[in-house]
Amino acid sequence: MVAEYLSVLVFIFAGIGIVLFTFLLSKLIRPHNPYPKKNANYECAEEPVGSSWFKFNNRFYIFALIFVIFDVEAIFLFPWAVAFGELGLYALIEMIIFILILFFGLFYAWRKGALKWV
Amino acid sequence: MNLDFIIFIVSALLAVSGATLMITLKNPVLAVMSMIVSLVAQAVLYIQLSALFLGAVLIIVYSGAIMVLFLFVIMLLNLRGTEDLGEPSSPIKLSIKFIFGLILFVETVFIIKTGFMPGTVEVGVMAEAANGFGSVKEVSKLLFTKYLYPFELTSVLLLAAIVGAVVMSKRDDDSEDENKIEDNKEVQS
Amino acid sequence: MLEMILFASIKVVVVVAAVLTGCAYSTLLERKVVGHMQHRMGPNTAGPYGLLTPLADGLKLIFKEEIKPANIEPITYMLAPMISFVPAILTFAVIPFGKDNTFFGHDFTLVLSDLNVGVLFVFAVTSLGIYGIVLAGWSSGSKYSIMGAVRSSAQMISYEVGYGLSIVGVLIIANTLSLRELVELQMLPLWGTVSFLPNWFIFSQPLGFILFLTCAIAETNRAPFDMPEAESELVAGYHTEYSSMKFSMFFIAEYANMIAVSAVGATIFLGGWHGPFLDTMPMLSVLYFVLKVFCFMFFYIWLRATFPRFRYDQLMAFGWKVLFPLALLNTIVTAFFVIL
Repeated sequence: MVAEYLSVLVFIFAGIGIVLFTFLLSKLIRPHNPYPKKNANYECAEEPVGSSWFKFNNRFYIFALIFVIFDVEAIFLFPWAVAFGELGLYALIEMIIFILILFFGLFYAWRKGALKWV
Repeated sequence: MNLDFIIFIVSALLAVSGATLMITLKNPVLAVMSMIVSLVAQAVLYIQLSALFLGAVLIIVYSGAIMVLFLFVIMLLNLRGTEDLGEPSSPIKLSIKFIFGLILFVETVFIIKTGFMPGTVEVGVMAEAANGFGSVKEVSKLLFTKYLYPFELTSVLLLAAIVGAVVMSKRDDDSEDENKIEDNKEVQS
Repeated sequence: MLEMILFASIKVVVVVAAVLTGCAYSTLLERKVVGHMQHRMGPNTAGPYGLLTPLADGLKLIFKEEIKPANIEPITYMLAPMISFVPAILTFAVIPFGKDNTFFGHDFTLVLSDLNVGVLFVFAVTSLGIYGIVLAGWSSGSKYSIMGAVRSSAQMISYEVGYGLSIVGVLIIANTLSLRELVELQMLPLWGTVSFLPNWFIFSQPLGFILFLTCAIAETNRAPFDMPEAESELVAGYHTEYSSMKFSMFFIAEYANMIAVSAVGATIFLGGWHGPFLDTMPMLSVLYFVLKVFCFMFFYIWLRATFPRFRYDQLMAFGWKVLFPLALLNTIVTAFFVIL
């Protein structure tokens, strides 16, 4: 059991190692010749206009919020599905109630236009 | 020195230092990243206690969803770590905070030492956990029989959160109507 | 203990090398297939049939000068490629590649770590994949980058829920989270009765499979859902300001993600390494697995050559108003069938 998780840890270290190795390798052999014009942000060969740090649509935040809520719902479905064979009909009814309550929420958001983009 | 112990120490250190960095770093995005490191390390600790499902939930929900929400808020408010955070606290306030922190620490040590918590768990029980304790199936059986009502109430709680999100989005729409043309220019991302 | 670590390391090295080679040749495959679909030859100068093209590309990228824009956030700019690369290849830690074997008297399992919560692990890793993109966009200090990053992350979180839910139907039937057990279940005859067909979950979960495929494509930001790097509007999206090896890390991560979801899909819905004649030649299982992954990859490329890009609002509406309710419905209906 420990060995299984150990391989995952080794895998993470291997991944980080590969990235660091290639970064180092390319740092050693690539040319390095920066000047201000080259280091400007890309904006279709024009001088960059204004700040790139702008306020963006609040919609993104709403979607993130809805995502968190339904992610929690999804995470409840996994154990339910795994033990479903032993829990049976009773669990199905419980889960239908759970899903219906949340689906009502989705429907509410839908009707109120929170899922609309423009 | 067995392997379990080493993994425990490393992830505990990561969890604590991640949490500390989250408080002390000025750059908000780096603070979020260190909190993710802390959460993942905590997930490793859960897995070591054979609470596999809790570990997975910690990663999927906390570091995979809630932290994304935090990042969105940071980008939405356009925080860059250069904002004026106001005057630093006065020494008196700082010392009061320190004393409260100390009290909390002593309490925690006291609780652990006196074994107030029933069945204090040893490190590295992962291999020996009996009867699938902590496995997804066992958690599920408890969740859908003994703790059924809390589970169903969770859905009501989540519903409230959806309503909150929707109401918030409505308010934004109303205030944005006046300068819509301006917004459209900036906001088309 | 040392032996354990050594053994794990050897396996990891082999798997990572295989995945990276797969990524390199997926780029060639994509260019070749798209080329032929558009009546072109595709790359054909480096080596026979252009087979050395990935190698040449890699060498070129290593030798390229790195252009770091002046107004980046240095730490996160440096971390972002790493954070997108590691989760991308981490999925392969739990994928079973083939039937258990015996080499020189040693039992040899062709899976890196057989976690009994393999499916949850896959989703945990997928949910972490988003950070590389967000950090890249945020730290580049470019308008294209941040727009691409925000779009991409909103798209990924919208389809992540559907991605998870599409598999719940399979879990209801299988009652396990271990990918090895899922493959073993799919070796039985179909529904326990039809003896000439295997019990692949694509037969009992056709809707689940379609949902999985759609969400997987959106999750990996590929055409027709390739909004974050819509070339015509956003230049290259979140990695506009990246060059040299840092750019190639994002590139490899994208292809590694594609291969990873293909491997997950093949394992969960198409029977993993299962196929005929495995009793006499167990090594065939690896070939079957690679073939199934190849089919998924070909489908990816085929889609890219065929469909135009979605509009962003259509994309988000499709995710929340069509895929998500369908996935829930699929779950409930499957549960009803299992009860009956």
